[in-house]
Amino acid sequence: MPETANRPLRAALVGNPNCGKTSLFNQLTGSRQKVANYAGVTVERKEGSLTTPQGRSVRLLDLPGAYSLGATSPDEDVTRDVCMGRHAVEKQPDLMICVVSASNLRLHLRFMLELVQLGRPMLIVLNMMDEAGHLGLTIDVPGLASAIGVPIIPTISLRKSGVTNLLEALDKPEFAVPSALPDGANLHAQAGALIARFTNEGALKGDRLADRLDRWFLHPVWGPIILLVVLFFMFQTVFAWAQPLMSALETGVAALGQALVSPLPEGTLRSLLTDGVIAGAGTVIVFLPQILILFLWILTLEETGYLPRAAFLLDRIMALAGLSGRSFIPLLSSFACAIPGLMATRTIQNPRDRLVTILITPLMTCSARLPVYTLLIAAFVPRRTVFGFLGLQGLVLFGFYLVAIVSGILAARLMTRGVASNEHPLLLELPPYRRPNLKSIGLGLWQRAVMFLSRVGTIIVSLNVLLWALSSFPAPPPGAAGAPIDYSLAGRIGHWMLPIFAPIGFNWQICVSLIPGLAAREVAVSSLATVYALSATDDNAASQLMPLLSAHWSMATAFALLAWYVYAPQCISTLAVMRRETGSIKVVLGAAAYLFGLAYIAALLTYHVTRALTGAP
Amino acid sequence: MTLDTLPKGAHAVISQVIARMTDDPIAVRLGELGFIPGAQVQIVATGPVGHDPIAVRLGSTCFALRRGEASRIALQNEL
Repeated sequence: MPETANRPLRAALVGNPNCGKTSLFNQLTGSRQKVANYAGVTVERKEGSLTTPQGRSVRLLDLPGAYSLGATSPDEDVTRDVCMGRHAVEKQPDLMICVVSASNLRLHLRFMLELVQLGRPMLIVLNMMDEAGHLGLTIDVPGLASAIGVPIIPTISLRKSGVTNLLEALDKPEFAVPSALPDGANLHAQAGALIARFTNEGALKGDRLADRLDRWFLHPVWGPIILLVVLFFMFQTVFAWAQPLMSALETGVAALGQALVSPLPEGTLRSLLTDGVIAGAGTVIVFLPQILILFLWILTLEETGYLPRAAFLLDRIMALAGLSGRSFIPLLSSFACAIPGLMATRTIQNPRDRLVTILITPLMTCSARLPVYTLLIAAFVPRRTVFGFLGLQGLVLFGFYLVAIVSGILAARLMTRGVASNEHPLLLELPPYRRPNLKSIGLGLWQRAVMFLSRVGTIIVSLNVLLWALSSFPAPPPGAAGAPIDYSLAGRIGHWMLPIFAPIGFNWQICVSLIPGLAAREVAVSSLATVYALSATDDNAASQLMPLLSAHWSMATAFALLAWYVYAPQCISTLAVMRRETGSIKVVLGAAAYLFGLAYIAALLTYHVTRALTGAP
Repeated sequence: MTLDTLPKGAHAVISQVIARMTDDPIAVRLGELGFIPGAQVQIVATGPVGHDPIAVRLGSTCFALRRGEASRIALQNEL
């Protein structure tokens, strides 16, 4: 097709999973990448731009990895539709850059031949030439190229210098269309014939590094032990290393806020900046250490090839919930915080599994629930030992974790039930072990941080300002007694909510504090203190509240509130990230509806059962 | 004999992939991945719980299959 000088060349990287396509993409486009979702599906769309040595500008699309054009999942659907020019939004690329791993020719050549059959301009990139070299594999590249009819460019995508010849190839004025295959050709046989003719594969020995390592990592006893050690360190760092960073950021943001607003007079503007904008920005930034540490692990484990092995070991356990082993790490990280957990669901290739995992993520007990749990348990559960050695309070806390996990499994089972008749395949490739590429990991971390701060951060800050406005306006009349929040819109909404929440034992103070508590779960503690008109700061709010609550609330009310907190999506940041990750407001509303519904039912049951058990009237 | 009953470490040659229904997507995908008559397979590892899933080496690739998937792959009788 004739190309006008001012229109950039539209090229797309196509290839099997694990062909090194993404590191090639990173090497070619560097930081000039845009990551988004394809409309309506949880499939990542990655586009970048680059300029060739002779100054041609290229828009490069990194299509999802696929094994075949006979797609079996929404991400493969995208690849098939774009390559065949059938995609609703994405235009058919001017050039397909088909990436083939030299170390896995048999599998990758078959898919390449499918692309050849499309009869579109293409280039073939023979990637991982270094690995092929280590294996002692030699390939007659010119011979293979003339047989297929398009240029083949050998690359080593882990090195910058390994892609220069590809950049030069993109300067060609015209791109060749491959020679047609005979009609009804058996692609496996064709690929096999090419391999037999142009490589020395037959002379290779079988035993490789991956097999030796897999003997340990996939061992029925040692495998899970190694995995436990890895997970232990992973979550030790997510919880322990992130904590000092988070507190430092929190104090830093607060101090910065103080310094910024101190010239302003006491009043609405100052309150807006301190309690709305700066507090909102604080809640956003505080998530960063956990996100970055978790992703440092996930990206490293993914790059080395260990993550699919972990999924292999955990598959049977996750099958209980109708999911695959890939869902384990996102769900486990949600015990620290649902936000990094939701972002980690990107490692789940199967879109159905990804969506279900996203929907049950808020049920995993995140660390922000702990302040609420500990306050209420300390106030209402007697400090007693049961069975001689177990603390009753600890046991109750453990019970809440257990209930949440069981609920998550049941919810996932119900959600996957509709398609259960359709057997859910695993078919997971265990790629060779590879040394992680620092550039790819760095870029991955950078993209997550930018995406979180810019796309999610803005939503969270705006919602925080909205909640601040609800809790501050209108101001109490002069000389009014009681907490200012009681006179505000949030206070009124809280009172209106009372008829709905009275059946589950909530009083108006709880209803009012639920509204600012939407900013973050742990805020509920300080907002309860505000409603009870305690002039308490966050740190001593709990200790002052405890006697007050145990005097004012019945045990049934306290337990109903605890049950509410197990399920309720009391965290707008989670909902904002969910919106971002699924690209669908419908999913967010559905999730919020089912979680609030569960919360209400659980609180209702808890309230009445506790009343019956404690003999309350 | 099918692939799910092959012991760990053992080699075998595929005789055919059995479709459970017409256009069985799993059987089609297995074929695309290279599980085709004549291909050599070896069980590299089995999962820690109930020996499920299994890791199968196929040429230069390794795939994890659940037993239901592996049971679609029939093996040639040993010589």
